[in-house]
Amino acid sequence: MAEEFNAHHHRRARNQGFQVAAAVSLYGVSFGALSVALGFSIGQTMVLSLLMFSGASQFAFIGIVATGGLTAVGAAVASAGLLGVRNGLYALRMSPIIGPGFFKRALAAQLTVDESTAVAVAQSDLTSSRHGFWATAFSLYAGWNISTLIGAIAGDALGDVRTWGLDAVAAAAFLALLWPRLTSREPVVVAIGAAAVTIVLIPVVPAGIPVLAAAAVGIISGIYRHRVAPHAPERTEGGAS
Amino acid sequence: MASLLIWALKTAGYVVPRRFVEGALMSRVAGLVTAALLASLVIAQALGNNGTITVDARVPAVGVAAILLYFKAPFMVVLLAAGVVAAGLRFLGLMV
Repeated sequence: MAEEFNAHHHRRARNQGFQVAAAVSLYGVSFGALSVALGFSIGQTMVLSLLMFSGASQFAFIGIVATGGLTAVGAAVASAGLLGVRNGLYALRMSPIIGPGFFKRALAAQLTVDESTAVAVAQSDLTSSRHGFWATAFSLYAGWNISTLIGAIAGDALGDVRTWGLDAVAAAAFLALLWPRLTSREPVVVAIGAAAVTIVLIPVVPAGIPVLAAAAVGIISGIYRHRVAPHAPERTEGGAS
Repeated sequence: MASLLIWALKTAGYVVPRRFVEGALMSRVAGLVTAALLASLVIAQALGNNGTITVDARVPAVGVAAILLYFKAPFMVVLLAAGVVAAGLRFLGLMV
């Protein structure tokens, strides 16, 4: 009876993972198409999806390099890295769920993203969490890379970015990634401040720098808010990778 | 090369933190940095144009995206709508 009950929970966790992965993998098509349309090769695009495997970081990287060229690579790397910091925080949360084993932990590290963590922590027991994590992780990794390739091949045939409105699609993609994070006043205020800093700086500094200044706004307000109200409600987790 | 660098950076992020990153401050900062970066990227991508601020077909496209997001439309629908609005306005010659 108990075994049957557990098996049911594990199956449900895996199914949740597959569904989340299938939905999120569709972003991969837009990433692939956009990346190629912005001037990256299909190979470079695939390297980003295979190795970086973090949607927001990848979109940020191609967006900054596309607008700033080679001089903006440093800023692009820094932005992508900063956006990846939260994956490190997820890793802390996932660590006891994954358990010991060097190879297993190394693999889990690369696959720890918004979605796999969200499915894992939503489960009611430890083994279901494990089932949920690995099901999401593997299906998302496969789906994300296959759909990136499809998008990259399709994007290659499209030609000019602007004709197809792909420059607007990129802006909409960032907005869609930002939206689920605007759950309380704190991130909303910081987002508005960061947007204002960006508008002011774009005409006066090289491409990529305004984004880093915005990141500084986030860091400073985070430290300030922590001092002023250390026990304010934490932001809800979620959003795209 | 740059991709490999990021991969190294990200992996380092997994190995280093543990004790360094723990606590409410880091999770507060990480959350707000993500929001700030994404907001900045929206602006840079929607208004930026080789070091100038330009209002063109991207602005109404992002406006439509925001409305759709408010009504909880799926990610792909939001992106497609933004592309259709911008491409449509340019095709019709209404905006550059």
